[in-house]
Amino acid sequence: MGADRDREGQLPVGQGREACAGTGRRIGVFICHCGSNIAGSVDVRRAAETVRGLRGVACATDYGYMCSDPGQALIRQSIAEQGLDGIVVAACSPSMHEATFRRAAEAAGLNPYRVEIANIREQCSWVHQEDREKATQKAIALIASLVEKVRGDDPLEPLGTPVTRRLLVIGGGIAGMTVALEVADAGYEVILVERGAELGGRLRQIRETYAALTPLAAPLQTLIERVREHPRIRVLLGSEVESASGYVGSFTVTVRPAAGANAPGGYRSEADPAGGTQHEVGAIVVATGYELIPLSRLGEYGGGRVADVVDALEFERLLAQEVPRRPSDGRVPRRVAFVQCAGSRDPEHGVPYCSKVCCLYTAKQALLYRQRVPDGEAVVFVIDVRTGGRRYEEFVQRAMEEGHVLYLRGKVAKVFRQGDQVIVWGVDTLAGRNVEVAADLVVLAAAVVPSAGAAELGRRLRATTDELGFFREAHPKLRPVESLTAGIFLAGAAQAPKDIAETVSQAEAAAAKVLGLFSRPELVQEPTVATVLQELCAGCGLCVSACPYEARSLNARLRVAEVNAALCQGCGACVVACPNKACVVRNWRPEQTLAMVGAVLGEVQ
Amino acid sequence: MQNMEALPYFPGCTLKQRAAGFDRSARDVFSALGSPLAELPGWNCCGATFPLTVENLLDLTGPARILVSARAEGTRLAVACAACYNVLRRTNHLLRTDAEKREKVCLFIESEYDGDLEVVHILELLHREIGCGHVRQALRRPLEGLRVAAYYGCLLLRPAAEVGFDDPESPVLLDELLAAAGAAPVSYPHRGECCGGYLAVRSEEAALEASKRVLMAISAAGAEVVVTSCPLCQYNLDRRQAAIARQEAGFRPVPVLYFTQLLGLALGADGAGYRLDEHHVDPRPLLKERGLVEG
Repeated sequence: MGADRDREGQLPVGQGREACAGTGRRIGVFICHCGSNIAGSVDVRRAAETVRGLRGVACATDYGYMCSDPGQALIRQSIAEQGLDGIVVAACSPSMHEATFRRAAEAAGLNPYRVEIANIREQCSWVHQEDREKATQKAIALIASLVEKVRGDDPLEPLGTPVTRRLLVIGGGIAGMTVALEVADAGYEVILVERGAELGGRLRQIRETYAALTPLAAPLQTLIERVREHPRIRVLLGSEVESASGYVGSFTVTVRPAAGANAPGGYRSEADPAGGTQHEVGAIVVATGYELIPLSRLGEYGGGRVADVVDALEFERLLAQEVPRRPSDGRVPRRVAFVQCAGSRDPEHGVPYCSKVCCLYTAKQALLYRQRVPDGEAVVFVIDVRTGGRRYEEFVQRAMEEGHVLYLRGKVAKVFRQGDQVIVWGVDTLAGRNVEVAADLVVLAAAVVPSAGAAELGRRLRATTDELGFFREAHPKLRPVESLTAGIFLAGAAQAPKDIAETVSQAEAAAAKVLGLFSRPELVQEPTVATVLQELCAGCGLCVSACPYEARSLNARLRVAEVNAALCQGCGACVVACPNKACVVRNWRPEQTLAMVGAVLGEVQ
Repeated sequence: MQNMEALPYFPGCTLKQRAAGFDRSARDVFSALGSPLAELPGWNCCGATFPLTVENLLDLTGPARILVSARAEGTRLAVACAACYNVLRRTNHLLRTDAEKREKVCLFIESEYDGDLEVVHILELLHREIGCGHVRQALRRPLEGLRVAAYYGCLLLRPAAEVGFDDPESPVLLDELLAAAGAAPVSYPHRGECCGGYLAVRSEEAALEASKRVLMAISAAGAEVVVTSCPLCQYNLDRRQAAIARQEAGFRPVPVLYFTQLLGLALGADGAGYRLDEHHVDPRPLLKERGLVEG
């Protein structure tokens, strides 16, 4: 193919090699060599010569790289010079370059929905490298089929849908409050739903934060007051999302009193007690946070069985006293053993992932304990210490040096009560021997897991969660604050374990995404969706049950099926289901499909 | 539960020799409860330890042959020895879940087997099927508050996903069964810790350390007797007490029985064939004092 490529390389930009013959509808066919990817097993020149004779084809040409600038210029110039009203690009998969070629055609004045891609690379040349003759025949058949489709394509305009400029935030912790304030300050209404009795989330349980031991209570209180008093934020405490329907720009969310709210002696729900209220919003932010794995799942560490084995949030509460006192008998613990990775990085008993925040907060708690109980001893069991972050490593060093916290590298095997002490069996892998620590109190850095009910909320919102219940992002690197459902965004530990700074960063990013959405005059959507020929529709409803996107409904008054174009993905399931052939996907009409099949079977001249 | 059909039963080599008292007492217990054990005909050694090498096919053929012959007798196989139970149960699990190994092993032993036998430990049968209530009704000599340390060891409990036996962190079956027989099981945290196992072969010192840890905890908990279902645990815990007593002034020796020995006596067995005289720490004074054996 080297010779071919050389000749192609000398081709003047924008000039097809062959003259175009003009008859009937004027369709141009552009066959890409893709270097030798296609031309290596398909005789592209013969293909061009053959399809030139097809009904409606005004010109057909081949070129080295159709997606390159000269290739696109060739397409644009051909459209202008030949007056083409439809084109077929025979090249790679449409998921690669359909958008590229549609843009090029549009620039030359052609309606982009009259551009079709014949995939002769993934579906032909790559899989038929052993038989050039048959590969060429198949490529010709594929092109002929798409030519038939273009003959029937209508020029379409993208659909516009309006945006409801109001945000729903689920979760009243630091993530949810940050998003709510950013969006409300920018001038939009926000509804903040929190199932608990108060705003503030986990931060209410944390007094000082690593790495600077910054006290949190005052700034948190300021933040809560700003949210509560903001004229554009409506806080619904004791409330949860019951259901959500709709789509980006236009969601309808039902909020009801949370389970546990309004109970006798409990807290009051601010949601409508009469079964819930509906809210129209354009975007949703999920900020449902985390909890710690239950102590009862950490049986080998005495969790749930030994009173003086507590999790880190409980120890946070004990540290809030002037001197910490242990639960069993109120004594001040003279030796505290901290067990990191309690349930984390332990697929057998807990979760496989690293909970990320424990190394730093354990160092913080050990240091604070040593400040409160100067003659006390703090021993930390670690697999290793992970301190990625600004001034984090320095902070752990400070705990070791200034706080005289003893770090032992090795896993803990067993924790049990003996007399009035708690015995920790572990191993010191650096010294290469087993260790036994008799402590007064054991603090487990229990694994961070999604809040209870996260997976269920994900189902209600149709935003997917992973096998552990964390909300999935649209792309782990490039779209980290969007869920897989358009219009639903993620902030904080609902997505994965995060510390406060990361959570605030992500919350502000989510707010920026919401504001970006709200700043658009309308949302643009592909017009290749299903439509209903009302005179053929019998109102049987088969399309409603066939639709996987909940885009179909029955109009009770007219007794015909309808399409919600904003939800329709153009999949065609309703077309197959409809016994009257009343469902049609735009530019995929049945006669087009039949003509395409006919072309593949060689029934078209 | 009365007059059930005899249950296919695998005693294993140790229960035919050193631990014959375990075999005899296990049969007594099941007979007394109306579901006699029927020894599997023509059985062979299980291999004693589950093979842990990746290419463990040859070592699996022995236990696989036992499973095949047990399947010909019924759908379940009762096992008393904790070590045999561990090997047979894990082999069965492997043959069930690894089709490729199952096929190779079956070709080698020239048998067909699809893994649908259930390997059950007699403790599980007694507790979950025959039931504590039935045991309570059948008591002839209740244990009357006997402070007993239920010792599970490793082989009954781990790996939990394969042996599927109780909660490995906090097992209760043996405690509850003994309580049903009238005993007062003591609480101590080392019920699933290793007794030292085969370490004695390589390092007497390390084995002693392991046994001592368990025994000191049992002693501190105030137990009068220890029961187990593993011949190796019984040996280690029983045998090392003399050495521990030499090291620790306050250590008070505790007899170590198979749980079926204690249960058999409580259900009215006369103790014949229990070989109580072969135990290093003599259990007979305690059992006599409690009226469980004839003076």
